[in-house]
Amino acid sequence: MSAWLAAHLAPLMFVALALALVSGIPVVFGLAGCGLGFAWLAMQLDVMPPALINALPLRVFGILASELLLAIPFFTFMGMVLDRCGLAEEVLQSAGELLGGRRGGLALSVLAVGALLAATTGVVAASVISIGTVSLPVMLRQGYNPRVAAGVVAAAGGLTQIVPPSLSLIVLADQLGRGVGEMYTAALLPAALIIGAYAVVIASLVLWRPRWLPGTAGRGDAAAGSAPAADDANRSPQGSFAVMSLLALAGAAGAWVTSIPYPALMRALGRDFAPPGDERVIVAVGVAAFIVIGAAAADRRWAIGWLSPLMARALLACAPPLLLIFVVLGTIYVGLATPTESGAMGAVGALVLAWAKRRLTSGVLAGAALRTAKLSSFVIFILVGSTIFSHTFSAVDGNVWVEGLFAHLPGGAVGFLVVVTVLTFVLGMFLDFLEIAFILVPLLAPLAAKLGIDLVWFGVLLGINLQTSFLTPPFGYALFFLRSVAPHDAHTDPATGQRVPGVSTRDIYVGVVPFVVVQMLVMAAVIVWPGLIRLEGERVVLDEAATEIALERAIEAGALFTPERPRPDAALLLLQHLRESGALLLDPALPESGTQPGR
Amino acid sequence: MKRLLRCAQAVDTLNRHIGRAMAWPILAAIAVSAGNAISRKFLGVSSNAWLEVQWHLFALSSLGCAGYVLLVNEHVRVDVWSSRWSSRTRAWVDIAGLLACALPMTLVVGVLSAELFGRRLASGEVYVNAGGLPVWPVVLAMPLSMALLALQCVAELVRRLAFLRGNVPAPELAEDDLPPWSLDDAHRAARPR
Repeated sequence: MSAWLAAHLAPLMFVALALALVSGIPVVFGLAGCGLGFAWLAMQLDVMPPALINALPLRVFGILASELLLAIPFFTFMGMVLDRCGLAEEVLQSAGELLGGRRGGLALSVLAVGALLAATTGVVAASVISIGTVSLPVMLRQGYNPRVAAGVVAAAGGLTQIVPPSLSLIVLADQLGRGVGEMYTAALLPAALIIGAYAVVIASLVLWRPRWLPGTAGRGDAAAGSAPAADDANRSPQGSFAVMSLLALAGAAGAWVTSIPYPALMRALGRDFAPPGDERVIVAVGVAAFIVIGAAAADRRWAIGWLSPLMARALLACAPPLLLIFVVLGTIYVGLATPTESGAMGAVGALVLAWAKRRLTSGVLAGAALRTAKLSSFVIFILVGSTIFSHTFSAVDGNVWVEGLFAHLPGGAVGFLVVVTVLTFVLGMFLDFLEIAFILVPLLAPLAAKLGIDLVWFGVLLGINLQTSFLTPPFGYALFFLRSVAPHDAHTDPATGQRVPGVSTRDIYVGVVPFVVVQMLVMAAVIVWPGLIRLEGERVVLDEAATEIALERAIEAGALFTPERPRPDAALLLLQHLRESGALLLDPALPESGTQPGR
Repeated sequence: MKRLLRCAQAVDTLNRHIGRAMAWPILAAIAVSAGNAISRKFLGVSSNAWLEVQWHLFALSSLGCAGYVLLVNEHVRVDVWSSRWSSRTRAWVDIAGLLACALPMTLVVGVLSAELFGRRLASGEVYVNAGGLPVWPVVLAMPLSMALLALQCVAELVRRLAFLRGNVPAPELAEDDLPPWSLDDAHRAARPR
């Protein structure tokens, strides 16, 4: 009996964990309880040396010392401040006024705001709740079909997972042992692809069922008079011409800056390579946003009347948060700041924005800080729990067991990816992102690395996968939160006094289906064309003494290739050893002589 | 039961005050980190001590909040199934979880980290980084955090039992059930959860 028990501790541990999780007790306690309980059992069975448990506090301190996790409270605080002082809401309203006149315009603006602001909160629950409470009533009031409205809100909220500066990508980077900057760069193209695909879904809905997504102008008598201001700008051809030309001008100026002065400036600052494409895009958008803010401010200041008042107001509302987010991302991409530093600067920037809008009260400040403190506390504590769990799990050879499970998969790397994709997808229906990142990812990452799968690429794929899973009925996590903020029954809208339809659970499930379908297509595309997730060549420098040690260790571990024993993963293993021994220093601000492309 | 409940309320008050005070280290960490970034970029000065201060503040805040987060019931749970159970069933499951998992965790981690603190204190160990700060405040924060969490676990246990006996109306509290934080005027008007 005890021999059987000793041999099967790892699978039993997993079963116990599953039971503890579904019982609904806090995840930290489930993880820690299983970890400690099985540690005791393993010690009774002489599988685990008792001294091992003494290493636990040091491992827990290791969690706290991570500079990467420090970025979590900073980005969260930035999102909370934007949210609490009403800036997020203002952006949504202004974007709605700008685009709301056209059919489907409001849906597109919800999507844009989701992409812009959900990225900063990073927690699916928070972003779905905040986008849902703000935009769902607006869409229903404007006569949107409840299914379409629910689908758009859930999809926009789910963008949290993948659009940088997403919290999820920080956590994944930490668990995979890769740089946050790398993750952000890699996620940029898939994120753009997903947002684009969502926009295509909305556009085709407009073509297929125009009455489901009415604009304020063409909506007939359904809710006339609720937003008269929106009509004036959109009906005036002069107004929209002015905006178009302003945007075109700003875009052209941004493009010019990135093509000539910007590379020259960077060269003068000591960079010897041309700025990569994504960096150019970010700089261009930053410059364009500056020009738009300047023009709108000047227009209002001197009453030129080039833009309609509504237009100027909308541009002034949307541009500053946009600029803030691009500056934060931009400094990470350009290598001016580490993610932690730029998160802190972003948090300060959000405070400055709130102050400039005269909305920085002690309530906003203290409330945002307290919510941030609570969020970082529960993130850290799940990590403490999962550390306790994995401490025992690896002591009872759980990693070997998991490896054995995957060893007999047909199809090598592709087979592994398919199984992992299905597994995370199914688990994502029951667990939130943090549990998956902290429990599953540490088990899967070494296997992926062994199969020669790049971990950054793997992380982005997991991100997209989880995003899909959170949207999928009937268990999708985002859908529960949408349910909690959507009105069940038809009700009288307090703002306009008209009857507005409710949103049934069925509406939510049906509405989200088109978005889930495109999401799956994107995921399939990423597996078929791995190049869609762009991996950046690192700028690295080798520390000589550390390299020597790492090489020795790698040779011991059999990483080096010999004709008798070829190892396809030799380079990866070597790289891993180099990283672990600290020989590989990522330093973007390095002099030219020491830089070389990493991959 | 009355006396037990009064003790539990005292623990609630303690953790509420400590937890809410933990908003300040977060703000301080943001200020320190932004200051570090600015001084590194524009003045070319960077200090390891200040870099360490930011994670000390972060560690202090997230460790100090643990009991409070349990008090307002915001530790992440998987409630796909449990949300359909009756509140009595959930209270019983919570009691089992607190006794079998939460209290052992706080005891083991608390005792082990207190021992670690003792060793560090005896050896006078500080960081190896130049200009490093003493390590003991963070090491001390861990057992203290576990003690606060353990106290809150006991208080939650008492609340669940009192609920099962019909002494209190609800098995758990949320942020909105607590006395509002005077600084955070908008807190009670926060969006529905």
